[in-house]
Amino acid sequence: MALSLDLLKKLVHSVVSTRPDEIGCDDCFAQLDRFAELVLAGKNAAEAMPLVQDHLDRCMDCREEFEALLRALRAQTAAAA
Amino acid sequence: MRERSNADWLTALRGTPDDDAVLDLRDLLVRGLGFALADRLGADPEANIEDFAQESLLKILRSLDTFRGESQFTTWAQKIAVRVALTELRRRRWRDVSLEDLQPPESDAMPVELPDSAPSPEQQVMQASLLDMVQRMMMEELTERQRQAMLAVMVNGMPLEEVARRMETNRNALYKLLHDARQRMQQRLRAQGLSVQDLMATLANE
Repeated sequence: MALSLDLLKKLVHSVVSTRPDEIGCDDCFAQLDRFAELVLAGKNAAEAMPLVQDHLDRCMDCREEFEALLRALRAQTAAAA
Repeated sequence: MRERSNADWLTALRGTPDDDAVLDLRDLLVRGLGFALADRLGADPEANIEDFAQESLLKILRSLDTFRGESQFTTWAQKIAVRVALTELRRRRWRDVSLEDLQPPESDAMPVELPDSAPSPEQQVMQASLLDMVQRMMMEELTERQRQAMLAVMVNGMPLEEVARRMETNRNALYKLLHDARQRMQQRLRAQGLSVQDLMATLANE
């Protein structure tokens, strides 16, 4: 097995930034609706819910779902305005 | 669609659901999924938003007791619908790929860099040695499952959900497995006396 330099960077970054208190996908999902509404309201969701933000930064599945949810909510907010 | 409070939605959907509320919710899900999946549907002509909405609706009705009231009911419901739809789209997109088929990482040692950002010869030597060390750590510290999952997710960009399905586990447990793997490697780096600053300096391009 050989790693490219780019991959090595990505891997090392993910390792050194690892924190003991990371939440899993289930915890993230449980809080995602509230997190999305904070973002939608222009609040600092990352500060209010840092572990959710941390998980979204690391987990591409959860991030993809969050971004899709946000697109739906934004479009509906725009339509209602 | 008429305005409903969270309590109105719950009252209307619990027990024998009220037909109007179910129709309104289904409409909302179809509309929301249209926006949510706008960038994904072109790639999957078989994807059918109505089907996703219907499946989500059933799941929402079964899960009403888990709604904690920390958001609008409609936000919570759309969260479930987005997950149902993306789970299905991922499953279909990756259905013909097995973990064994995945390409191993590029074996070329170092990519060609532009001259103005090329690492110095000394740095290239340090990077090569860090590369060796990390590879050795992965072999020594990680289980076969951890290594397999890490490579599938980080190298091949396979969704956790799909890796989990193939490893007969679930996404939450797979995230935990990857977290444990990262923690093991972090401990090993610390035990070797390598600071984050040293590592980042070694990996920087100039």
